[in-house]
Amino acid sequence: MSLSASLLPPLAQASGVDPWILVFSLITVVITVIMGFRSAKTSKTAGDFFVAGRSVSVGWNASAISGEYLSAASFMGIAGMVMAIGYDALWYPVCYACGYLFLLLFIAGPLRRFGAYTIPDFAEGRYDSPLFRKIAVCFVLFIGFFYTMPQMKGAGTTLAYIFPGLPYWVGVAVVGAVITLNVALGGMKGITLVQAMQYWMKVFAISVPVFVLAAVFGGYGDNLAVNRTAHDAPAAAEVAAASPDATPGITQAHRHPLPAKAPADEAWSSPFGPLTTKAAKAAHLSPEDTKPLSLLYTYSLIIALVCGTAGLPHILVRFYTNPDGVAAKRTTMWVMILIGIFYVFPPVIGVLGRNFLPELYNGVGAKGTDKIVLELPTLIREKYGVLGSILSGIACAGAFAAFMSTFSGLLVSMTSAVAHDVYGRMLRPKSTPEQRMKMFKFAAIGIGAVSVGLGCCVEPLEINFMVGQAFAIAAASYFPLLFMSVWWRGMTMKGAAVGMLTGGICALLAAALTNFSNLALDKGPMGKIFAGFAPMNDYWAHHPLLRILCEQPAIWTVPLAIGLMIVVSKATAKDVPSDIRMKMLVLHAPEALGLKNEYIQEHQAGAGH
Amino acid sequence: MSTTPPPPPDRIHSESFLRELMRRQLGLSIGCALAFLVALLGMPLLNYFAPGFMAIRVGGFTLTWLVLGVLFFPYVWIISYFFIRRSLALEASEVSEVNQSRR
Repeated sequence: MSLSASLLPPLAQASGVDPWILVFSLITVVITVIMGFRSAKTSKTAGDFFVAGRSVSVGWNASAISGEYLSAASFMGIAGMVMAIGYDALWYPVCYACGYLFLLLFIAGPLRRFGAYTIPDFAEGRYDSPLFRKIAVCFVLFIGFFYTMPQMKGAGTTLAYIFPGLPYWVGVAVVGAVITLNVALGGMKGITLVQAMQYWMKVFAISVPVFVLAAVFGGYGDNLAVNRTAHDAPAAAEVAAASPDATPGITQAHRHPLPAKAPADEAWSSPFGPLTTKAAKAAHLSPEDTKPLSLLYTYSLIIALVCGTAGLPHILVRFYTNPDGVAAKRTTMWVMILIGIFYVFPPVIGVLGRNFLPELYNGVGAKGTDKIVLELPTLIREKYGVLGSILSGIACAGAFAAFMSTFSGLLVSMTSAVAHDVYGRMLRPKSTPEQRMKMFKFAAIGIGAVSVGLGCCVEPLEINFMVGQAFAIAAASYFPLLFMSVWWRGMTMKGAAVGMLTGGICALLAAALTNFSNLALDKGPMGKIFAGFAPMNDYWAHHPLLRILCEQPAIWTVPLAIGLMIVVSKATAKDVPSDIRMKMLVLHAPEALGLKNEYIQEHQAGAGH
Repeated sequence: MSTTPPPPPDRIHSESFLRELMRRQLGLSIGCALAFLVALLGMPLLNYFAPGFMAIRVGGFTLTWLVLGVLFFPYVWIISYFFIRRSLALEASEVSEVNQSRR
């Protein structure tokens, strides 16, 4: 006590740290670690480690999935995006929620009935092909690392916000080490409890500031209404309280003058705004020519987000932690309710941010709109003093919970892939469960270290871009694989592999190309590295359609992957597994019929855990 | 449904049972998917062809913002609730059907 009392205040004062923010963030970390340690005692068997003993109750599991899913991008990124680009950013939360519905309708039940620990298990079981298991493992790791990098960026940025002057990489390393320790000790069962708690923490951390801020600054609708009153926003001087035709009664909603960099009201509050028209603007197209391209961009974005959700490996592995298929379905229902509730709030912060903290429009990246969730509550401080600090502390705690829970989920799915699939199935098929558990711990530490290393490299990249890339790749690889494997018995291993690899790689190349050409415009060191891509921008200016198809590739990569799967499978129809009817039966027949046991008895070699 | 089922050792393992099973499940899933895809994919079209209508202000929100930012989530909940109820009922009826044929 005396130690912390004597150490913390000087430390806080020296670096300009708000003590409340520090305290709340510390509490989040400490609770996470304690819960991990406690459940480490109860995680005994290999099943506990890999799929939490398949005995997680619906409520816990739903909270845990939601906690895992609401990442740094959801917690910080969406509010920042809504503030920066307006209406078009709403597609992100909506499609994240709809992607779950897709999972529920087409994939959750059958996958769960098939009964396997991981997606690679499913890939091998469905096609009787160890080779395909290897390909699937590579994709788990590949998508996993892509999705890890933005979480690490979020961690580094938040810590740098809390401790001004702290190097970015220190934040990444500290958070990475804490989570890795947690996962290595507790495995899946350990993080299930932690993540479930972190969901509620995140909802609390986003909703409480929203309610308080709305009470002080006016509601969601009122603050949106303000954005119609001044059409010449950038030039407008102090725009006072709502104009006479705005909703009478509540007149708290007003706003500070917008800087020149902020998008104008019309473009911000209506569809087909700055996000979707960027490519066409660069090509100097007329508004009439721009609109069809914007529509195309919107549809491609929707496809990427909805299908990508249904293909993220760390989300899918959670379906195996339900005791049965009925519970898997109920869990998804609750997940949808829980994340739906959450996703209403970040846009509110974005809208309030546009009205009350417009100076953030002048910042770039982590110094700009991305930190609106952390920054906005401090406005209360001017009026209500310490309450503002407490609110800001709560928001920071939520940000911590966000990147910690998503990273631990990713770490578990990647570690499972290494310990269960690579070690347990490929390298040492005869290893004992104890050996695999030991391997799980080693793998967790190894992958955690790699993630921290990668996280340190991506400081200049945007969180949202990296998340988008992971989604685009997942949408064009895993989603077609799962969807087609479950519902079409004619799929062959070759068809699945060709479709998945082509779709995934095309999506990756297209997204990378856009990113490199963007980085070539960067004024900093990244601009020099990628200077070779600068001519691309001239090309984009002449071909805005191609640019959109590269920036949002899902609209062509997903059909391409599915089309290739059908064509190649038809061409190799003789390779369809001979017991395909039995496999399909296991995938679709109700579990109450007990077909799975029968199937496992027939295939001792293929399905023994 | 299946006019001449071949004499199977067990109804579960017959081709007709699997076809019927998958057809019913897929039918339900596609029906629910259509309900939400029409709304999800229809929104951009409405924004595109009826921008004036979608910009009507409702309590400060533009109509399109209200639908996408708030009302969409309850809509998705309704669809998933409906799907889960129907799909559990479907499974229960399949199980009882099989048990009857076994008897």
